[in-house]
Amino acid sequence: MATSEEIVDQIAGFALFADLSTPQLERVAHTFEEQVYAEGERVLRQNLSGGSAFNVILDGSATVVIDGEERATLARGDFFGEVSILLGQPPVADVVATQEMRCLVLAGHLVQPFLLDNPPVMYRMLQAQARRLRQANRWRS
Amino acid sequence: MAELTDRPFPPGSYPVVVVGSGPGALQVSYGLSRFGIDHAVLSADDAPGGMFRRWPFFQRMLSWTKPYAPVDHHDPAYERYDWNSLLADEPENQAIMPGLMDGASNFPSRPEMQRNLELFAERTGIRIRYGCRWTGTRREAAADGSDEFVLTTTDGEYRTPIAIFAVGVAEPSVPETPGIELATHYAGTRQAETYADRRVFIIGKQNSGFELASGLLQWARAITLASPSPAKLSVNTKSLVGVRARYVQPVEDHNLGGGVTILDAKIGQIRRLDDGGLEVMTLPSAGGDPIRFEVDEVIAATGFSAPLLDLPALGVTTFGMSRLPAVTPYWESAAVPGLYFAGTLSQAAGGLKKHGLPANSGAVHGARYNARVLTRQIAASRFGVAAAMDRPAIAPDALVDWMMAALVSGPALFHQRAYLARVASLDRSTGPRDEGLVPLAAFVDGTGSDGTGDAVAVTLEADGTGAIYPVVYTRRGSRLDETVVEPDPLLRYDTPAVRARLAELVKPAS
Repeated sequence: MATSEEIVDQIAGFALFADLSTPQLERVAHTFEEQVYAEGERVLRQNLSGGSAFNVILDGSATVVIDGEERATLARGDFFGEVSILLGQPPVADVVATQEMRCLVLAGHLVQPFLLDNPPVMYRMLQAQARRLRQANRWRS
Repeated sequence: MAELTDRPFPPGSYPVVVVGSGPGALQVSYGLSRFGIDHAVLSADDAPGGMFRRWPFFQRMLSWTKPYAPVDHHDPAYERYDWNSLLADEPENQAIMPGLMDGASNFPSRPEMQRNLELFAERTGIRIRYGCRWTGTRREAAADGSDEFVLTTTDGEYRTPIAIFAVGVAEPSVPETPGIELATHYAGTRQAETYADRRVFIIGKQNSGFELASGLLQWARAITLASPSPAKLSVNTKSLVGVRARYVQPVEDHNLGGGVTILDAKIGQIRRLDDGGLEVMTLPSAGGDPIRFEVDEVIAATGFSAPLLDLPALGVTTFGMSRLPAVTPYWESAAVPGLYFAGTLSQAAGGLKKHGLPANSGAVHGARYNARVLTRQIAASRFGVAAAMDRPAIAPDALVDWMMAALVSGPALFHQRAYLARVASLDRSTGPRDEGLVPLAAFVDGTGSDGTGDAVAVTLEADGTGAIYPVVYTRRGSRLDETVVEPDPLLRYDTPAVRARLAELVKPAS
């Protein structure tokens, strides 16, 4: 269990929150909930409706699995779950913790107001999505 | 000395040890006894009731019981209207709460709730060793080489392979704000009249903060509530998330300029002034200059955490401000098998949190079903109790009726929406079998007591719009399908249209 102050210290180093001031980071720490997932626990479930939440990994790691095939790994500072929330559709992948994983979690319906209140986070998220898109295009070509 | 010699469960070895004497521990003890499992129950208190012996400060529950409801008190469907009675199989021990209420409110008073729990314990014969405080835990090898836990207590040591902690989330928790020692925690709030004409600053904007603000409205000269993030209200979230409707009067007061201030701000520092008052410096979350308050009282309504003592040192991972233990969907520590958590601690299992809504495990009306599932799971998996492993056959032509009954009158599904599901296995050779209640996440992930074969799970879910509707999950081979039944504003699901929809879902493949 991390205190609010420790969470602020941790997320201050994450690219997603790099542009936020300390009071803004403190508000993030109060708005998101901390959650721990056990090794092997499914965090997102492919095709299951209503189960999406936005997760930012504080510690630990996870794998992204589509139709049983591992497609990517996620680690500290990475985030997931936002695509299905933004599109209003069930997740297209499972996300499974590969070791005990500690996340900051924001319920799906709170993501839009959070991003609108924090444009720098939205911009950083867009950057990350652009990188993923570029990566996917390279993989296909 | 009679009371000392009459105390049950002296230190020693027990198949199961339950810690606590609140509603969670009572429901667990009842369930274990029902399956014939010998166990000890230990409590630091001197009577049943848990935190309801002390809180809520302003006396009434947040959970209602409606003595007059559309169904008879002994119909299981009545549990939908009675959030406070514990569950029993014997009719005379069911629905105890409505018989104790004086008609003043649908929300029982704290003494009424306490009496409800005391009566349940008395009538069902639950035995508890009171005045026995759990002080620590270690793991040792048992005589047969297996692991066992040693619970140290003020009365001596208890050895057991299975410990169930129903110790609540009742440890006052305070932030590391400079000067916080000048504040009183919610738990130390005085009688309301002692706040007459005082300026009260409340840290925290959850139920406990608003409960105090509501109770002090007619006494305090000025009330301020502050925390970094905005208050959520249950009437807006259309769920139990947020401040309950009973406590929103201060919100209206604030909105109408009546003297209550509700502020989104971090508390920077609390300082004693020369005149004996207190200065509270706040940093608005939206930015801008700090705002200074001069007040007479600061109350930290900053919540409670789980009093898990040394369990983290034993390997139990905790998370969140409440320091909840990380657990499986069956409430067993994910890191230390053999340690289970019940009562309000069962909220540690988040489940699927569909649409962002948590289960009602943090309250009696949800946790009581978790205890029923937990004790059955322990009885089946750890003790091989036949009654707990029984899977009654369902006549194939009665399967749809069974699903309809589960949806329409199953209070566990109503209260534990998207957390508990009623499951029927669909093995072709043996025919449909009632697998009982299974945590939905365990069913979906194939880790439930129903196994991984073909099966159907029915549940009720909500999406935060105020709708409550059935959802059916069918598992055939490795494929899992989810079917959402169209919400009905009057919750009319006992209809030919729903029946036809369910029948289609479980129709044998041709």
